[in-house]
Amino acid sequence: MSQDAHVDSATAVLWDRGGTKHDMIATRTFGFWLYLLSDAMIVSSLFASYLVLGHRVNAAAGPSAGDVVHPIAAFWGTVLLFSAILAYGGAMVGLKRGDRRAVLAGLGGAFVLGAGFLFVEGRDFAELALHGMVPERSGYLSAFYTLVLYHGAHLVFGLLWIAVMMAQVARQGFTANVIYRLLNLKLFWFFQGFVWIYVFSFVYLTGALHVH
Amino acid sequence: MLVDYPGPWTFLLGRLDAREIPLQNPILLWTFVLVSVGAVAVIGAVTYYGSWGYLWREWLTSLDHKRIGVMYCLLGVAMMFRGFIDGVMMRTQQLMAVGPKSPGYMGALHGYLPPYHFGQIYSAHGTIMILFAITPILVGIMNIIVPLQIGARDMAYPYLNAMSFWLTAAATGLVMISLFVGDFSHAGWVGLSPLTELAYSPGVGVDYWSWAVQIGGVGTTLASINIIATIIKMRAPGMSWTRMPIFCWTALSASVVGLSSFPVLTAAVALLSLDRYAGTHFFTPGLGGNLMLYTDLFWIWGHPEVYYVVLPAFGILSEIIPTFSEKPLFGYVTMAAASIAIGGVSWSVWLHHFFTMGAGPGVNAFFSIASMLVGIPTGVKVFNWAFTLYRGRVRFDVPMLWALGALVLLLTGGLTGMMLAMPAINYTVHNSVFVVAHFHNMLNVVGFACFGAINYWFPKVFGFRLDERTGKLAFWFFSAGTVVLFGSMYALGFMGMPRRMDYIPFTSWRPLLMGEEAGILLFLVASYYFVKQLFVSIRDRAKNRVTASDAWGTSRSLEWLTHSPVPFYNFAVQPHINSRDEWAWRREHGLGHVRPDRYEDIHLPDNTPLPVMLGACAFALGFGLVWRMYWLAASGLVGIVVLVIARSFQDGPGHTVPGARIRQMEASYAAAPGEVGAARDPVGGVAAWQTASAPRPRAGDGRPARP
Ligand code: HEM
Ligand SMILES: [Cu+2]
Repeated sequence: MSQDAHVDSATAVLWDRGGTKHDMIATRTFGFWLYLLSDAMIVSSLFASYLVLGHRVNAAAGPSAGDVVHPIAAFWGTVLLFSAILAYGGAMVGLKRGDRRAVLAGLGGAFVLGAGFLFVEGRDFAELALHGMVPERSGYLSAFYTLVLYHGAHLVFGLLWIAVMMAQVARQGFTANVIYRLLNLKLFWFFQGFVWIYVFSFVYLTGALHVH
Repeated sequence: MLVDYPGPWTFLLGRLDAREIPLQNPILLWTFVLVSVGAVAVIGAVTYYGSWGYLWREWLTSLDHKRIGVMYCLLGVAMMFRGFIDGVMMRTQQLMAVGPKSPGYMGALHGYLPPYHFGQIYSAHGTIMILFAITPILVGIMNIIVPLQIGARDMAYPYLNAMSFWLTAAATGLVMISLFVGDFSHAGWVGLSPLTELAYSPGVGVDYWSWAVQIGGVGTTLASINIIATIIKMRAPGMSWTRMPIFCWTALSASVVGLSSFPVLTAAVALLSLDRYAGTHFFTPGLGGNLMLYTDLFWIWGHPEVYYVVLPAFGILSEIIPTFSEKPLFGYVTMAAASIAIGGVSWSVWLHHFFTMGAGPGVNAFFSIASMLVGIPTGVKVFNWAFTLYRGRVRFDVPMLWALGALVLLLTGGLTGMMLAMPAINYTVHNSVFVVAHFHNMLNVVGFACFGAINYWFPKVFGFRLDERTGKLAFWFFSAGTVVLFGSMYALGFMGMPRRMDYIPFTSWRPLLMGEEAGILLFLVASYYFVKQLFVSIRDRAKNRVTASDAWGTSRSLEWLTHSPVPFYNFAVQPHINSRDEWAWRREHGLGHVRPDRYEDIHLPDNTPLPVMLGACAFALGFGLVWRMYWLAASGLVGIVVLVIARSFQDGPGHTVPGARIRQMEASYAAAPGEVGAARDPVGGVAAWQTASAPRPRAGDGRPARP
């Protein structure tokens, strides 16, 4: 009756002696990919909301994309963010060599550059607020701020995580736990760059074309 | 940035003051008294028996997937009871408030529930049943069964597993406390927009709903991640994809659906919260909001969610039906493919929930056809089950009864779904109780499958079978209730009765409303027998003790290879998989009793209180936000961050159980009658249960004696 009659029951292996060891680092990284997928779903929902609320009606006779976005400021932000990602890449090279100081330097660089991005973004938003362009003004501005700040909030969290990892690398060195966390943080950090590519193209570059 | 809302606010208590505790409402007062007495009784009993330490060490801080699964199921069953009471209240109100002459009591014009209270009850009922009853029960069952079926020692991430559970528990706590402190949303389980906006619902009800949904949503997303990773990464050697039990396939498909859809719900409800707290205009009627955006986002989650719950139910049927037909499952490959296909198609049908909203014929036609496509893989499954039954030696044990009942319900529910999926029909019955009957019909499929699963796997987890007589009575009363209640409801739907009515203008509907009431009374009897079944079974556990690893004698998949009740380490040595139905294969080749000759050390993670504390922080965060006690919310949030960081600094070495001890435990399982008990450490290890010394022949030696 069994479908796999070709396995000979007389000689079949019944128990896995020696225990197949599951690769802990690979399992952890895989789970983190799944988390990123779920986060990408939230980002897509926010993008969908931004596109839906990008209609003129949703600006409620207030400012629309052309008045709000500053692609030049965002460009400098982009440069900083991608340098931060590059710095993290440097930390990963250090990890391959098992070089603690290189990893710490890379993480530190990523921290400073990421903070720089947040500074540029914050200054941009402060200026907008000064001109009365606040999220409460219209559906469009609500969607704009929420999308961009969702990315920003991730960076804040990323900075915190980098700080924690610097402490762990300095204290514990490269234990398996530290290594998988560094790999996951890499995914997280690069993912923010990936999201930003879309934000920059769809919000800032496309928005700049919408002058009326 | 924060918006203005009516009413006072203090720093310490936010919007909360003593008047928010609804002592003036007799129903809530009595519920409150009842719940308090119950709580005191439970706390008293635990204290009296000195079980706090046991409860804390063995359950609340446990990372064991079986215990977490059992806690999930208990939470879900308890909440199902709560949702059921809501249902009884709604039925009774609708029966009492028929026609202009119907009297009113307790401040209601008609019936006994004023509209605002009635609205809260139906909103709570839907939210609870879908998110806090059925979902936890299914997640619990997947938690227990998936690792066993794939021969794993635990889930891929035991710590995350506990965290998911405690987040769900925190969210459930928010829903429950809204009964006694403040009120709950009155805007339906779907959160009808823009009724949920602050301008139209200025109270805290919608906030309770929204934070509970968000916290619970995070918990379920994390649970989905865990189940996917477990299935992909932790399968025992030899278990290729085509040897994986169908329940695991459906768990995988459901978890992919859950992982990809729950974040959308979180996003939709979070945007609503931004509207309510930060004054944004996502879904407001004015200033550039768009309420259809909410409706779309909600149903982009909402429809996949119904498949998130129905897919594991399909998996359960696929395990129960072969066991009690004494045949392998018919059409394994198509079954697996259909599970994945249903998960895929479920993503492209959400608009059928609002055909009437004016999307235009092209869009409606697309979503209509997509919705009907779901019928194809579902049909494949139904035929596969039917062919499994065909010429099988069918036994009508309690799990099988529930499974067969689910099959019948699936047929009617699927057919009415097809009807609803045709826009021309939909325009006439949309927002009528016909829709309510359709989805209760479908969700009852899930309910039947859950009851079937509880009866089927109970002996695996606890080591004794559930009582047969009371189980059958529960099944028949439940089935009768389903037919009477939802039959009447379908009819009322055809007569045009809108859903969510607290007052019924037409006295001619009274007979059918009485039919509905009769149906729910039958449910009441069924619940009595279900509780009695649990009670009788625990009392007479010695009689129903399972003496073999395979409680039913004809089970097929891997979980029946290890002992009942399952020891904490699941499998003493990881099994090597040789066949699709590994246990059936070993049994049929006379290998059922072959035990490993050598045992190795087993490494397990230590228990930890952090997940409980995380849940408590999440509760504080939610409660603080609901009442706008910002200091409490902030402390909850900071608490969560601190706990996560703290966890990452303790590298949790875990502990090792030496092979010698494993050998000892294994020997005790196979020992002669009467000698067992002391060394046992089963998942359901309530001390009292272990003292019963029933005869216990060699484990795994085939079928138990059956009449
Ligand atoms: C054969 C597949 C199915 C089809 C074609 C189908 C079709 C539909 C349609 C068209 C509606 C919208 C009716 C309206 O509001 O006018 C609907 C509502 C609903 N269905 Fe199904 N359905 C199917 C299976 C299921 C399953 C498997 C479940 C759950 C286990 C389910 C649960 C629901 C729920 C919860 C609602 C309505 C919720 C609400 O409006 O509050 N359906 N279905
Ligand atoms: Cu649907």
